[in-house]
Amino acid sequence: MSKELRYLFFPGCFTASKETTYEVSARKVAEALGVELIEFKGANCCGFLMDAVDHLSASVLAARNISLAESEGLDILTLCPACFGHMTKVKVEIEKNKRFKQEVNDILKSIGREVKGEVRILHFTKMLLEDYGLEELKKRIVKPLDKIRVAPQYGCHIMKPTDYLGFDNPDNPEKLDSLVRITGVKCLDYDEKDECCGGLVTSVDLDLALALARNKLMSVSKAGADAIITICPFCHMQLDLNQIIVERKYSEHYRIPSLHYTQLLGLSLGLDAKELAINRNRIPADKLLSLIE
Amino acid sequence: MNGILPQAVRVDPKFKYEVASMPGGEYIKFCFQCGECVAVCPIRRFTDEFKPLRLIRMAVLGLKELVLPSREIWLCAACYSCTEKCPQGVRPTDVIRAIRYVAARNGYIHPFYRDQSKTIAEYGRIYKSEEPVNKVRERVGLPPLPPVDLEEVRKLMDGTGIKNILEDAENE
Repeated sequence: MSKELRYLFFPGCFTASKETTYEVSARKVAEALGVELIEFKGANCCGFLMDAVDHLSASVLAARNISLAESEGLDILTLCPACFGHMTKVKVEIEKNKRFKQEVNDILKSIGREVKGEVRILHFTKMLLEDYGLEELKKRIVKPLDKIRVAPQYGCHIMKPTDYLGFDNPDNPEKLDSLVRITGVKCLDYDEKDECCGGLVTSVDLDLALALARNKLMSVSKAGADAIITICPFCHMQLDLNQIIVERKYSEHYRIPSLHYTQLLGLSLGLDAKELAINRNRIPADKLLSLIE
Repeated sequence: MNGILPQAVRVDPKFKYEVASMPGGEYIKFCFQCGECVAVCPIRRFTDEFKPLRLIRMAVLGLKELVLPSREIWLCAACYSCTEKCPQGVRPTDVIRAIRYVAARNGYIHPFYRDQSKTIAEYGRIYKSEEPVNKVRERVGLPPLPPVDLEEVRKLMDGTGIKNILEDAENE
């Protein structure tokens, strides 16, 4: 790693409050890798959820964050694919559509700001792949986890819509596979690997969301995975916390630990499971951890 | 229909233009009803209540009275599977969102999205108070959240007019 890696750290509202295990482990991993996370002062919600009600408001919120980052001259690093996807889409729309850019800037003017679209918005995995580099990362693995088999859960908003995000191929995604594989684990293929977790409908129809989570759990369990690896706080909620609810509702037994990718990577970097808050995940990972001792 | 005759529904031929005028709704009229969006929809697999194709067809037909108050428009998980596969470039995910924009302007917003939007417009994030969140964070050894510049956020939200949309939905 030749250049210094510094970013404005934007965990995202949901991660920062409900999926703190993700933030804890990401901070530990960043520290171990020498990636500097700068507190993103004054930043607001990315605007993703508001985009269901009013596009301009949702875009102005994202644009304000981008404008703040431009003043700092730093790229934004987030843990949440929804934040990554939404802010990236707004940035691309500003680049492509001059009228839209003008409309957004007319409103930003009321607070003395302007958005140019000059900083990058990175998801943690994108940062690892594009800035840190897979080869560099490989050199840091001190504890290959070669006894466990995992199922990667990609989620939707890191990849789609592809014409805006251009991060991976949703028909045959491989970015997370490559990140997972360097930790030494066996990375499994499973049915409908690219399928949605249903996280976004939990608040509108919980039973429906649970049906999607269950479908995922059945595929993963059929593939014989020791753990599911997520990169999205909503996927993690669906497959960790809501796994318990699925088990209760359908009288089924899965007990498959869901680890944030940062927890898996942290283990292979030699960090302690407790430091990575693995003991705070809802589905206990004791059996999994005993395999890597 | 359980033996009950369907009720007559008023048709509003301008509805599709209304949807098309919203951001993301532009390509609604390109839909040729192939059904690919239904075939790839992960939500559709587990419920009959949601079909992207049916929603778009109803909007094109002008069935505004049925579409806007429906729960169906809020069931989309925004996974973009249909948008990736639509052979006509309709971008059903965005069209459904455009329908939500029209619904919101007619006083219909799902309570979850309405409450979250209100909280974001007023407090800058998805929580009304940072205090309980910071308590959770402290317990796991995380630093407190950096405060949001509320004055700026509120000024911006005054500028976009979202507060009026949310208030009207409240009174509906």
